[in-house]
Amino acid sequence: MLTFILRRIAATVPVLLIVAVLVFLVLRLAPGDPAAILAGDAASTEQIARIRTGLGLDRPILAQFGIWIGNVLQGDLGESFYYKTKVATLIGQRLEPTLALSTLTILIAVAVAVPLGVLAAWRFGGWFDRALMGLSVLGFSVPVFVLAYILIYVVSLRLGLLPVQGYQRIGDGFWTFLRHLVLPSVTLSVIYIALIARVTRASVLEALGEDYIRTARAKGLPEIRVLVHHALANAAVPIVTVIGIGIALLIGGVVVTESVYAIPGLGRLTVDAVLARDFPTIQGVILFFSFAYVLINFLIDLSYVFLDPRIRY
Amino acid sequence: MRKLISLLMFAAAFGAANAQDKVLRVVPHSNLSILDPIWTTAYMSRNHGYMIYDTLFGTDEKSQIKPQMVESWKLSADKKTWDFTLRKGLAFHDGKPVTGEDVVASLARWGKRDAMGVAMMGFVDKMEATGADSFRISLKEPCGFVLEALGKPSSNVPFIMPKRIAETDAFKQIEEHIGSGPYVFVKEEFKPGDKAVYAKNAKYVPRKEPPSGSAGGKRVYVDRVEWNLALRDAQAQVNALQKGEVDIVEQPSFPLIPGLKKDPNIVVYNYSPVPLQYMARFNHLHKPFDNPQVRQAAMAAFAQEPFLRAQVGVKELYKKCPSMFTCGTPYASSAGSDIQAKSNMKKAQALLKASGYDGTPVVLMKPTDLAAIDKLPDVAAQLLRQAGFKVDLQAMDWQTLVGRRAKKDPPDKGGWNMFLTAWQGPDIWNPIANAALDTRGEASGWFGWGKDDKIVELKSQFMRETDAAKRKKLAEAIQARAFEVATHVPLGEFDAPLAARKNISGHFRQTGNFYWNLKKN
Repeated sequence: MLTFILRRIAATVPVLLIVAVLVFLVLRLAPGDPAAILAGDAASTEQIARIRTGLGLDRPILAQFGIWIGNVLQGDLGESFYYKTKVATLIGQRLEPTLALSTLTILIAVAVAVPLGVLAAWRFGGWFDRALMGLSVLGFSVPVFVLAYILIYVVSLRLGLLPVQGYQRIGDGFWTFLRHLVLPSVTLSVIYIALIARVTRASVLEALGEDYIRTARAKGLPEIRVLVHHALANAAVPIVTVIGIGIALLIGGVVVTESVYAIPGLGRLTVDAVLARDFPTIQGVILFFSFAYVLINFLIDLSYVFLDPRIRY
Repeated sequence: MRKLISLLMFAAAFGAANAQDKVLRVVPHSNLSILDPIWTTAYMSRNHGYMIYDTLFGTDEKSQIKPQMVESWKLSADKKTWDFTLRKGLAFHDGKPVTGEDVVASLARWGKRDAMGVAMMGFVDKMEATGADSFRISLKEPCGFVLEALGKPSSNVPFIMPKRIAETDAFKQIEEHIGSGPYVFVKEEFKPGDKAVYAKNAKYVPRKEPPSGSAGGKRVYVDRVEWNLALRDAQAQVNALQKGEVDIVEQPSFPLIPGLKKDPNIVVYNYSPVPLQYMARFNHLHKPFDNPQVRQAAMAAFAQEPFLRAQVGVKELYKKCPSMFTCGTPYASSAGSDIQAKSNMKKAQALLKASGYDGTPVVLMKPTDLAAIDKLPDVAAQLLRQAGFKVDLQAMDWQTLVGRRAKKDPPDKGGWNMFLTAWQGPDIWNPIANAALDTRGEASGWFGWGKDDKIVELKSQFMRETDAAKRKKLAEAIQARAFEVATHVPLGEFDAPLAARKNISGHFRQTGNFYWNLKKN
């Protein structure tokens, strides 16, 4: 087990290094000039050139990469061209909204999708199963921003139940924090409910056909116990895998939701940085995302040991 | 239990105290990223500047220069020495008084970045503090636009900073944000891309006159102004305004304005006495627009109405304007504009044929992510094609366009032939400020690099002329020549009103987005 953990940690380094090189090169080859963006509309070409020199963008790409990677290895992600703030500080400021949104989204998704999936498998072929399968296709298909506008119109503007936009930090009060987060989380969770419900249904359905289920039923166990303790527990590995991938995707994939609900999270920071060609911020955020993906995948792999005792590393 | 009750009561009292604070919640037109309004010409940085800094002069709603920090001034008989005295009681947010030395250092830094500032510094022999609250500008020869430059309302505005900050290299951003303006920047609460907060400067002494443009008394009736920098989706902005979660949306999207006007809780207010102007800019360095006749053909094809109808759409918000200087301002005229105003597609086709145009495709850049101007290139492409041009309409995001337009390379090697943009009125209302009229060729500042010695000479005369009537004549001559050589094409003007909750009062005509004189009831 320890060897496995050490091996996985060691494997993280080349992954992050490859990501760093790729991101750096892609950004330098992409069109757009941060200096021209920073200078403003009425700036002259000479002024832009001076800003470019000030940012160190007139140096050879290899030299720029050397400086950046040297700083990263010392734990310094650099300073944003645009905001003149440390990239690590920017990520720190934006992490809480994204984490809060992602966590509540996954909690809602799991709380709704897993029971629905189990029920659909239990009532396989019935009206509930068919309805759930149909609705899950709808859940996949409706774009997030369309759903967001519908929910805002109905829940916030018509019924006046929840705020239209914004984010309140948890330190400003838990109730306010939650009120601002419910609508975006529900919006975002729909697609994950659809995904997790389908995977749960398929896994539980497969488990329900196993001999140990027949045995459990023959022993006269209540159906709920058969479903939860025997079927769901044995179907957990693929479900947890999908939930894990969902969390990883959520951290980087909340851009649209953050835009529509005006949540100052990491997704919004990434889009702003890309639009402004804020190279240090883009590089820093992508490195952070990569690290998060690797970490989450690692934790998922570890969880298999607890979910299925047959798995050994 | 009693402790818990006390705690809850304290929390309730604290909450109530906060609720009593008058906070103006504003959705600005863009994101605030750069906090140095001298380092960049971005309008958001300019607006930030107006919150925390003060200016020597302002421009009122009738485009007249009025004193702001200055109490009095005197011009010598030979028109070469300007003496200024500051108002009593001016102080920076750190409590230190504003001195002549602060002013001189601030003007020196601004004079290295701003187009009018650079032009003015060409006349300046020496700037010096003549006392604690006075300063002098000595000129090498008379200059006709000293007050216009010092009172210019738009980027870069000559904001006055403490000397130690103003001495920062003009090409390096300042790191301290202390001014003497009506608001204090709350740096601890600034979260880029999320929120910028300004607290009332209780020690600010406003002028007695009513507010007008960037001039007059800057009285603050709210405790704080919070800029919501995260709320950038156009529909979400309007939703938040209608729900009362924000008080002002600086620039609601045009298609949403008719709906807002019908809402009894919302006021749509056209705050600017001078409209914005659309502009098509040629790259004079490369074929086909290196040929003035080809540029004239494009100009003849560009009737203003189709651009305005497509981009603005709301009839009462746009109008045609024959002038290259903002209509309704002192230098506006129709001089030389017949080539565009009285032209038509047949004339454009004839001009293009006569020019010897060889079919070189026009690389026209279209910003797909900037709703304020994203329809203009489609109209331009269609009109150019009708006139006989081959057009290569290239879609890109605005920031790519901004980077690309700075390149002097040929269009087939990453350069360009034409882009379209919009200017706020004060940025183009005289021949010095109007960047498109810088015709010094490759040496000139603004993208497109037009070259015309006659305009350069006329501008030089304009700068030296001190008689208002003669300056007006010179501005007309500059415009007539600019139409003749087709430096660029004005494409009509439009208003961009703000939308506010009805309980916000005290709106006034202004040349930017200013947050003084506003009351929240």
